[in-house]
Amino acid sequence: MLKQTLSVKTIVAIGIGTALFFLLARFVSITVFANTNLTFQYSLLAFFAVLFGPIAGLLIGFVGHVLTDLSFPWGLWWSWIIVSGFVGFAFGFVMKGVNVEEGEFESKRAIIQFVIGTSIVHLIAWVGIAPILDILMYAQPANRVFTQGVIAFALNSLTTSIVGALLILAYSKAKPKKGSLKKDN
Amino acid sequence: MSKNKTQLSYVDKNTPIHRLSGATKLLMVLLISFAAMITFDTRLLIFIVLLSCVMFAIARVPWRSMKLIIVFIGVVMLINILITYFFAPEEGVRIYGTRTVYVHFFGRYYLTREQLFYQANQTLKYIAILPLALIFFVTTEPSEFAASLNSIGVNYKIAYSVTLALRYIPAVQREYQEISQAQQARGVDLSRNVKLTTRIKGVLTILFPLIITSIDKIERIANAMELRSFGKNKNRTWYKRKSFNPMDYVVIIFSALLIGAAIALFFVNEGRFYNPFI
Repeated sequence: MLKQTLSVKTIVAIGIGTALFFLLARFVSITVFANTNLTFQYSLLAFFAVLFGPIAGLLIGFVGHVLTDLSFPWGLWWSWIIVSGFVGFAFGFVMKGVNVEEGEFESKRAIIQFVIGTSIVHLIAWVGIAPILDILMYAQPANRVFTQGVIAFALNSLTTSIVGALLILAYSKAKPKKGSLKKDN
Repeated sequence: MSKNKTQLSYVDKNTPIHRLSGATKLLMVLLISFAAMITFDTRLLIFIVLLSCVMFAIARVPWRSMKLIIVFIGVVMLINILITYFFAPEEGVRIYGTRTVYVHFFGRYYLTREQLFYQANQTLKYIAILPLALIFFVTTEPSEFAASLNSIGVNYKIAYSVTLALRYIPAVQREYQEISQAQQARGVDLSRNVKLTTRIKGVLTILFPLIITSIDKIERIANAMELRSFGKNKNRTWYKRKSFNPMDYVVIIFSALLIGAAIALFFVNEGRFYNPFI
């Protein structure tokens, strides 16, 4: 299945997407209050996963997070890396059946689907999988990891819903649609 | 930004670690960091820490560039220790089943022997993995990296996309910088002087052009690759691939043995935790 779905364009999208994920996670952050930063890598992940599918999302999230962790001094934090991969993969299914290239994202229904879909993915990821993996792999105290998870969920789903949706809209608007040319009479 | 570059970049030297094939080093990092992740046995963790320190010395990683990183690690670790303690001052007691109080601070915060031991183990786990990852990046050429991913069984197209990512990180960084300067010249304020919402809007005026134009870039690169028939064949040869030497097999077998040791210790300790208190 893998070999058929991976076109050259998807391969390149994975590469560039990963580079952008790294850039956003590493250098582009806005401090909201002490120790809590607003970052935009999951908005980007949603954008790429919606356009290029779940496998691209999985790899961008996974490899991007590995590179980010390697460049920070705390080393590879495997549980959250796995979660990033999962988030990218699941984002790839959120807009199934909506053809962004043909402007089908520009409707209220599609945007609501995007916001609810990505928020559910974030909820499962940060309040479900991440803390459980932290406890299993690193034997972290439960109340700590669940508090962390709730904060991560709130910030990530907020940025994804707003910035991610705006990104896809901007892309869709810039794209010429089928039948956009009319013959002059 | 240059600080980060020195941290992730390859340093050309001729040491036993540099001579290992990239695939070996990648496997070693994955296997040993997995062993360090699953075990909570203090003896094994100390052994892994010592081992990675020795390899760090053999690889002759430039110390000057590491100094700052080590201070930074220290601070991050301290914050981590304090946060864990704040949330769960009795976690060690729960795990090890005994309770020996040294000091009572206030309220529910006691300093117990078990908590000290538990948090020391956690800290060891961080320290164990870190030097290994650094060693891999400092001693493996980026162009050999794709070859090494491919030779441990990763599909070559995916291996190639990872190389593309590494190749394009500096490019997108530069682009980000350029767009940021252009927007600032147009009056976008990104400093702390303005309201949070204004700053977020400012950052978005940089991200949108950066991300939307990246789609054009993807199309251009994909076309260039397709013109050269990328992905036509099932396999691919690599210009930079290193062949395996006896030393490579020794390192891989040794790393696999460490995982074996981690699993064997589950049975010796009757659980994940080595408990010296019983």
